[in-house]
Amino acid sequence: MNVIHSTSFTDAVLVRGLTKSFGSTQVLAGIDLTVPTGSLLALLGPNGSGKTTTVRILTTLLAPDGGTATVGGHDVTREGVAVRRLIGLTSQQATVDGLLTGRENLELFAGLYHLGRRQARRRAQELLERFDLAAAANRRVATYSGGMRRRLDLAASMVSAPRILFLDEPTTGLDPRSRAELWSVIRELLAGGTTILLTTQYLEEADQLADRIAVINGGRVVADDSPAALKRQVGAERLILRLSRTEDVPRARSALGEAETRPGAGEREITLAVQGPDHLRHTLDLLHRAGVVVEHVALSTPTLNDVFFELTAVAA
Amino acid sequence: MSAALTAAGDLHRLVVRNLRRELRILDGLIVNTALPVIIMVLFVYVFGGAITTGSSGLAYIDFVVPAVLLMSGGYGAALTAVNIADDLTAGMIDRLRTLPIGGWTVPAGHVVASVIRNVAASGFALLAAVALGFRPDATPADWALALAVVTGYVLAMSSLAVLWGLLVRSTQAAGAFSFVVLFLPYLSDGVVPAETMPDVLRDFAENQPITPIVATLRSLLLNQPMGSSGAVTAAWLAGMVLVSVPIAALLFRRRTSA
Repeated sequence: MNVIHSTSFTDAVLVRGLTKSFGSTQVLAGIDLTVPTGSLLALLGPNGSGKTTTVRILTTLLAPDGGTATVGGHDVTREGVAVRRLIGLTSQQATVDGLLTGRENLELFAGLYHLGRRQARRRAQELLERFDLAAAANRRVATYSGGMRRRLDLAASMVSAPRILFLDEPTTGLDPRSRAELWSVIRELLAGGTTILLTTQYLEEADQLADRIAVINGGRVVADDSPAALKRQVGAERLILRLSRTEDVPRARSALGEAETRPGAGEREITLAVQGPDHLRHTLDLLHRAGVVVEHVALSTPTLNDVFFELTAVAA
Repeated sequence: MSAALTAAGDLHRLVVRNLRRELRILDGLIVNTALPVIIMVLFVYVFGGAITTGSSGLAYIDFVVPAVLLMSGGYGAALTAVNIADDLTAGMIDRLRTLPIGGWTVPAGHVVASVIRNVAASGFALLAAVALGFRPDATPADWALALAVVTGYVLAMSSLAVLWGLLVRSTQAAGAFSFVVLFLPYLSDGVVPAETMPDVLRDFAENQPITPIVATLRSLLLNQPMGSSGAVTAAWLAGMVLVSVPIAALLFRRRTSA
């Protein structure tokens, strides 16, 4: 195995005051990020927020205008070659060759990482099995499904067993099952000690995978915290209760506490914040004891929109 | 030394990749095998009867073969612009650029693969020509020089194509280059004698690169007088390669980092 050792460092990625403009459009307005070795940072933001630009700078594809960025202890602008030896990248677009088979792609990249012929062949086979592509190994990539293509893309990024992996919206456009499969692969890589910086538009994805979430909007990091802390900041899940009878609404609200509850969208609906299953059970118990009949129960999870609404409202 | 070996290995892998791709695209196969034969048949049977070869005194098939060899190799070489634009517009270039390989190996890989394919295409055209009655009169040394001229032409066109592909960046615009390269021989002494053209066209024909290259090939393959055309050909081919390669290398670095 062609494992590349580097000097020990505690932060795999360290970004300070990163700026970048395209013409008169400022895309990054001073980004600060830290990704501790062995952890996963999710860069969460809408289209055009600067996620991809950040990843392109960190993977040496794009030169920054200002600020500093080190990856694996190497400066991305001055030590590009050293950075490229340490990293793997899966970008939004297809970064594998559709006219080649899965196996040919992996062997090509293994060769370009300068593994010997036999080693390259073995490495390709290993990755095909690990990413559940062995059955399709000798088919052209153009015939792959979206999920298979992303898995191959990820496998191609793992050819050199990189210590630091950049995944730019790895699950955008995938169906839920393919997404879940890719998540489990990402978890395995993380468990194996790989440091991962992942960009996503999906709060759920960041929540599922990340040790830390940096929310980026308009080229700035507007929040950088653990998933739990961010969700607390945004507000808990809300319980939406639809009662059988309109006249039960005041009784229900007094049983649960006027201050904690709010009228819902429908006239028989009330909503309240819930913290976990115990709170939910307790709430339903209280209503039962008060003789209120609940017709329908729904939970509303804070969405990315809510996160942005909250965060940009704080920033403004 | 080991760095040079590594780079040579990278180049070899990229050339194999490009040739594999080409073999798997139906268009690519047609351009490199069937098209040269079709062009040759077209010129000899369809146009040949109606065109006189002027003062050269050659049979039309002998007159036109050098130009068809250049068309056959040049058209496919020009399509290299599409191949590199393809790499640029797809995300493939991102992966290639994050690999620990020299940036120049990617465009060079396209050029080398193109030379291999398109010299072969010229070879198919030559086989078709012989089947149709082309009777060259050349020594082994003449053949070797003729091969060098065709290879040089394909190399020059491939390098210019890579430069063009990097400049325009879209695959559609990249394709336009192949029309220029396909039609340039018509405006030379290669298809009809330049002496039969109106003055303006004749001036163009006599001063564009295809005319001396055709004259050199005629001299080598048909025992015609060489004159200064050999030197002019060498100058044109060397010039095109020496200008386009460094600019393409520079552009590639800039294009992929923007």
